[in-house]
Amino acid sequence: MKASPIPSMQDGPNAPAAVRRSLADTWDDPPGIRGFFAAINHKTIARRFMLATFVFFVLGGLIALAMRIQLAKPDLRLVDPDLYNQMFTLHGTTMMFLFAVPVMQAIATYLVPLMIGARSVAFSRMNAYAFWVFVLGGAFLYGSFLLGSASSAGWFSYVPLAGPDYSPGKGVDIWAQMITFTETAALLEAIVLITTIFKMRAPGMSLNRMPLFVWATLITQFMVLFAMPAVMLGSTSLILDRLVGTQFFNPARGGDALLWQHLFWFFGHPEVYLIFIPPLGMISAIIPTFARRTLFGYPAMVLALFATAFLAFGLWVHHMYATDIPQLGKSFFTAASLMIAVPSGIQIFCWLATLATGRLNFKTPLWFVLAFFVILVMGGMTGVMLGSVSLDLQVHDTYFVVAHLHYVLLGGAVFPLFGAFYYWFPKFTGRMLNETLGRWNFWLMFVGFNVAFFPMHLLGLQGMPRRIWTYAPDMGWEGMNLLATAGAWTLAAGILVFIVNVLRSRRHGALAGDNPWGAATLEWSMPSPPPPHNFDVMPVVHGRNPLWEPAGSPRWVAGLAANARQVLVTSVIDARPDSCPVFPSPSIWPFVSALATTALFIGSVYTPWAVVWGTIPTAIAMTIWFWPNRLNTQRAVFLERKP
Amino acid sequence: MHALEPAGVQASRIADLWHLTLLVCGGVFACVLAVLLVALLRSPRATAQTRPLVVNGDATEKRPTRAVIWATAVSTVLLVGLVVADVVTERALSRLPVANALHIEMIGHQWWWETRYAADGDRPAFTGANEVRIPVGRPVIVSLRSADVIHTFWVPSLHGKKDMIPGRPTTIEFRADTAGEFRGLCAEFCGEQHAMMAFSVKADTPEAFAAWADQQALPARDPLSADTPHSLAPSAPGSFPAARPASDPRLADTSRGLAVFLDRGCAQCHTIRGTGASGTLGPDLTHLASRPTLAAGTLPNNRGNLAGWIIDPNSLKPGAMMPINRLPPDELQALLGYLETLQ
Repeated sequence: MKASPIPSMQDGPNAPAAVRRSLADTWDDPPGIRGFFAAINHKTIARRFMLATFVFFVLGGLIALAMRIQLAKPDLRLVDPDLYNQMFTLHGTTMMFLFAVPVMQAIATYLVPLMIGARSVAFSRMNAYAFWVFVLGGAFLYGSFLLGSASSAGWFSYVPLAGPDYSPGKGVDIWAQMITFTETAALLEAIVLITTIFKMRAPGMSLNRMPLFVWATLITQFMVLFAMPAVMLGSTSLILDRLVGTQFFNPARGGDALLWQHLFWFFGHPEVYLIFIPPLGMISAIIPTFARRTLFGYPAMVLALFATAFLAFGLWVHHMYATDIPQLGKSFFTAASLMIAVPSGIQIFCWLATLATGRLNFKTPLWFVLAFFVILVMGGMTGVMLGSVSLDLQVHDTYFVVAHLHYVLLGGAVFPLFGAFYYWFPKFTGRMLNETLGRWNFWLMFVGFNVAFFPMHLLGLQGMPRRIWTYAPDMGWEGMNLLATAGAWTLAAGILVFIVNVLRSRRHGALAGDNPWGAATLEWSMPSPPPPHNFDVMPVVHGRNPLWEPAGSPRWVAGLAANARQVLVTSVIDARPDSCPVFPSPSIWPFVSALATTALFIGSVYTPWAVVWGTIPTAIAMTIWFWPNRLNTQRAVFLERKP
Repeated sequence: MHALEPAGVQASRIADLWHLTLLVCGGVFACVLAVLLVALLRSPRATAQTRPLVVNGDATEKRPTRAVIWATAVSTVLLVGLVVADVVTERALSRLPVANALHIEMIGHQWWWETRYAADGDRPAFTGANEVRIPVGRPVIVSLRSADVIHTFWVPSLHGKKDMIPGRPTTIEFRADTAGEFRGLCAEFCGEQHAMMAFSVKADTPEAFAAWADQQALPARDPLSADTPHSLAPSAPGSFPAARPASDPRLADTSRGLAVFLDRGCAQCHTIRGTGASGTLGPDLTHLASRPTLAAGTLPNNRGNLAGWIIDPNSLKPGAMMPINRLPPDELQALLGYLETLQ
């Protein structure tokens, strides 16, 4: 190679404006329609991802409102039972698979590189592919609902009800393939995030200096890697039973219906925690900022996250106490179910200590975190009750469980998530959300939530089973059901206020500036919203709270190319600089691959042969995706020779 | 409340554990909220510009460290206590003395219950549906089985749940200590009409129970005189024995009702012991009129509901497997008259 293909342009604190422009151009997504589908910048993908999950959240919520109307009075016949069963199946599936887990990954994809001082996520094309697969899978599921043939076997799809004999039609097939879709996306995202966190942290950000949100993300993604394969195995076995005639779950032919439950809950219970752990990280980011002090008990917090993740895999059987399983086993799972309250307790105590010894700045994000304390602790207490075998035998599969799981999931995830939106909205858009609307949003949601779900505890104890489409007037359940419906609508009004606030503030909100909350972590060191390349110069980290502690020396690492997608890779534990590889450029082929994959999966619902012929376009698209780009290779070779 | 109004020894043990757990958890919840409130009220206010407090190493913060350690220790001890209480309760639940127990088999169907009473002393085995009667003070062993998908047997006043999983027969044992009528229901989502799959449990004095069971074990009373016992084989459609000679006109009416039952296809799914009807897809109707409800707790058992049910089951319980039966009015009345005799 004689002439260098690129002029000498490097980043640095004193680099001229032209270099910064070049950096922005290099990392930005290409313009136009083609550019839209070729985008791979982690912030672009994450914004779309967040939007998509939020749309699914609203759709799932609208279905819930419809169900609450049906249950408002006894013996209502607004919807027939089959439609009702489709609705609660879709509600659960949406909230679990299309909202709760992916929204956490979406936010992490946006924030993690900013928080650890990186220009991108690792495998940015795979990140884009995962997003497209997810969106197409979700659209597929809703398509089947609009066509009136969605699954009505519940989001848990217990066999044999979900098997070929009792759920004819395509509903369960589409459901099972959608599971495989979203879990494929989740696995890929997990790999993207784990690699990013391990290998792309700013120099100096050793593991024990990582923000707790990044810790929470890292631990969650490892849980994804262990939990998701179980449910993918389950959904694949289910669809083989349905389409190919295998007998995994048919006891008459040597299968076992309980196998499904074990596979499903071995994923399903950790899933609760992989919904719940990222918000713990968000709270650990929000509390220090608004208590104006560093977090109390950082090492204890990290260990508690580990303990939670570990124990989360040891208690899936508490969903199955009513099945016929050995008693000693049940006692073991009781102990694990109850003991998981200890690490959660430690975190709550540490946050309380932080709040008690800090000086409080009462803004909307903090309000949502305070709601978390009330709601989640309540949900944790009912969780202790459900973990106990004998109590569970009475309240299992009743509205008590419905109340508990909404307390845990809304209190543990959705309320912190709304706090996180208020907190990081400036970093997403450059503008602040309105505080007054924020307070309305908060109180409507908080009051509505408790009015909607607290009565369900009592309904459960009165013997109201879950998943019923109507009930008789002489049961004595009317009053509290009506109350719950009113609460659900209030909660929805709160979310509507949020949507109004976002739409309004996106254009007319106050400009945020770099660091509107006076926070400590790296994402607040750059403009809001961040430029495509995130950091003009790669920062060097000297403590857990980079913006609050006096900067040490050196303050940055300069010298990365400004006109190639060059990144700094560091070592796993200590984050010592390691190498400077060049990342691939935007490409339309991850999108095309996702289309081909979708065609394969949808086709497979109608004929198993689609799995065979569907691999051909998928393989072609992926081959082109990975085909080495001549210009990129030249740049990489050049940069390796002249670092 | 159902689960907290125990009528048997197991349910009351669970209710005791419930009260203990509620006390402990409620106490912890109240403490956390109190600390939160104190922290919020006592901490000084700040703005985003307030200079942050940077604490390096928590060893410098003795008081909060001690508080967190104590709180963790106390909550761990409380949780261990609850685990122990749970294990103790569980063992007690599984050690109900079951000598001299009454044996019942319950089979869950989409969406009704088949109840089979085992032979008990001199009384032969018999089959019923959607209704369980048990004697007070005598342990009951219920064998659980499913005919199709997973159902769950649950009578909150007597015991917790037990799943009925295809391919995994199991049992549940309980004892009613007070007389009364309790509601039982299916707790596992089992398809379209999961909402309407209930049954009634009546705990009676041993004498009343024995009288009921002896009655249930009998075949249906034959509507004809004793000289034509159980001989009403299905005849060709349209050729009803409309005018069988009989001394009592009511007797003639019920015998015509039985003929309608046999000729209109009802017998393909339903059994009435003592007649030619021996279908097994639907509930055994031998003592239909003695049951409190129709269609697994869906409707009170009276003539009007029964008529509505026979004509169009799906309008009352969408998804029900029983087909529409558009009977001419006189046939319907005869059939109802007959069914009402099945005490």
